[in-house]
Amino acid sequence: MENENLIEVNHLTKVFASRGVMSKGQIKAVDDVSFSMPQEKPTILTLAGESGSGKTTIARLILGFIKPTSGKILYQGRDIWKMTKDEWVRYRKEVQAVFQDPYGAFNPLHKVDRVLTIPIRKFKLANSEEEATDLISEALGVVGLKTDEVLGKYPHQLSGGQRQRIMLARAFLLKPKLIVADEPVSMIDASLRASILNVMLDLKSKFSISFLYITHDLSTARYVSDNIIVMYLGSIMEMGPVDKVLVKPLHPYVKLLIDSVPVPDPERRWKNRIELPRIEITSQSLQTRGCKFYPRCSQRMEKCSKERPDLANVEEDRWVACHLYQ
Amino acid sequence: MPDTLLDVRNLIAYYMTPTAPVRAVDNVSFNVTEKEILGIAGESGCGKSTLAYSILRLLKPPGYIRGGEVLFKGSDLLKIEEEELRRIRWKHISYIPQSSMNALNPVMRIEEQIGDAIINHEKISKGELRKRIEDLLVSVGLSPSVAHMYPHELSGGMRQRVVIAMAMALDPELIIADEPTTALDVVVQRGILQLLRDIRSKLKASVIMITHDMAAQAQIVDRLAIMYAGKIVEIGDANDLFNDPLHPYSRALISAIPSISEKKKLKGVPGFPPDLRSPPPGCRFYPRCPHRIPGKCNVDEPRLIEVKNDRLVACHLYR
Ligand SMILES: Nc1ncnc2c1ncn2[C@@H]1O[C@H](COP(=O)(O)OP(=O)(O)O)[C@@H](O)[C@H]1O
Ligand SMILES: [Mg+2]
Repeated sequence: MENENLIEVNHLTKVFASRGVMSKGQIKAVDDVSFSMPQEKPTILTLAGESGSGKTTIARLILGFIKPTSGKILYQGRDIWKMTKDEWVRYRKEVQAVFQDPYGAFNPLHKVDRVLTIPIRKFKLANSEEEATDLISEALGVVGLKTDEVLGKYPHQLSGGQRQRIMLARAFLLKPKLIVADEPVSMIDASLRASILNVMLDLKSKFSISFLYITHDLSTARYVSDNIIVMYLGSIMEMGPVDKVLVKPLHPYVKLLIDSVPVPDPERRWKNRIELPRIEITSQSLQTRGCKFYPRCSQRMEKCSKERPDLANVEEDRWVACHLYQ
Repeated sequence: MPDTLLDVRNLIAYYMTPTAPVRAVDNVSFNVTEKEILGIAGESGCGKSTLAYSILRLLKPPGYIRGGEVLFKGSDLLKIEEEELRRIRWKHISYIPQSSMNALNPVMRIEEQIGDAIINHEKISKGELRKRIEDLLVSVGLSPSVAHMYPHELSGGMRQRVVIAMAMALDPELIIADEPTTALDVVVQRGILQLLRDIRSKLKASVIMITHDMAAQAQIVDRLAIMYAGKIVEIGDANDLFNDPLHPYSRALISAIPSISEKKKLKGVPGFPPDLRSPPPGCRFYPRCPHRIPGKCNVDEPRLIEVKNDRLVACHLYR
């Protein structure tokens, strides 16, 4: 195969033992998930879904923090769990991560400079002190920070937005091909959030860095990403270009989600009502046959409770897991 | 003219710190009329929760109220006896604190928790109490059988609905909800927002909805107040304010909201909010404002004044 993908996830499954009070046994946090991101051009792929849909587990699997129960993750065609030591070191450099709480990534006792100097030392990115300083100021510039406003400060002296930009600068230092960003703006206030999303767009267009952007917020997904995957209870419900999926969703679950996103305009308020479940089961190991969304689906058919729909290619670049489209 | 239910005047609430006080709520005035939903928006740390505690006199040290009045139907909640205040809380004004769905007592069944709130204020028979609890659960769209469950058996969205049922239990005239939709999934958020609107129509109550989420505000509030660094910078009719925000901070905040239905370039606001121990002189938004007038805005503090019908703005551009 000549045209290898940057990342390819094949039939990825992760089962956790559950210690829940209600459900003893196993939880399939990620259930037979496959997708890929291309190598030829940088893209931003959103992984969206409600809490518990398996987004973060996929991120941790891709970063190699946990091992899949079954299935594979290929980076440029190489299974990440079969890499040689050198390949693994390169992978850890080329695939970077940014998390939800930028504060947690800092040691409160050290100046913030340290999160930038450590990777320079660890990956031997600079030959001299001056070179290191140049690299740092370049990286800070790229994320829109001035060196004197952040260097020499302690993490608590900076805003959440500044801390998150430092984490992006840190990732940038390593010239990665992919940044896995797990809810990077969900704890950041609105006036500062836009700048961070714009930094992501810049890193993509100017430095060819791809992103796996994990979020529950479909509005920011529309803003930054090219493609989107919508997950529900560990499975992909719909996948395709963001301008199609979020504008004309096909899957009933994705329709419900999009209908529930509040439009920031008092003249476009919801006209109809929705019903929340009167009682709901908090465990997810229940629906073992059939479609996972069956219990909540407004368009369900008999078949849906018996057969799990495959993720089918319904249009050129769109995939949907729903019997309505098969 | 609708009647004023709550009238907050020049409220000042600070937190004591070893260096200087944190001026979290600094001379805030607004009112809430009967059967109205008033939104209070603003980014984290601007003083929204402190404002809620202060109205209910629940602010704990190192926080303290330095001045102002909180007139509820004419009587000043900051002056009345503790005894009378306790009677008013829950029965006339109820409160849904931030993250309260995670603060339910884990070892008490839902019926006991709702029941406690009721029997503390009313004499009621066992049978009647049971019926009341079931009705309340049904009114927030839950099954009556939830009464016998423990908090850990419920999802976050169900617990939030239980908390709302508790706030409705004594048929209050005003409900203050602090970030009632934060940390919930979007479908559940929508359901909760719908419930807050129902409260107004069912209970004929007013609601103060505090949230940083501008899109949630846009969906349900009648009027909106925007806070920045301890002050209200603009307040007015929600439709009107979203259409034509006047204060530069309101404008920035509204244009920074991404929309799922259209792709427009978002502009971030440069800089970040001030440290409330040493806010800048004059207008607190001065260091970040694209329209600032040096020599004026960093010297004189703009007062909140009516610049057009039903719209108050604190900005020197509108003089
Ligand atoms: N116990 C406290 N001691 C000192 N400062 C506090 C305390 N609680 C809150 N603050 C400060 O008061 C300001 C307002 O906080 P808060 O009312 O929680 O804002 P919001 O609800 O809008 O996020 C912030 O600057 C916050 O750091
Ligand atoms: Mg708060």
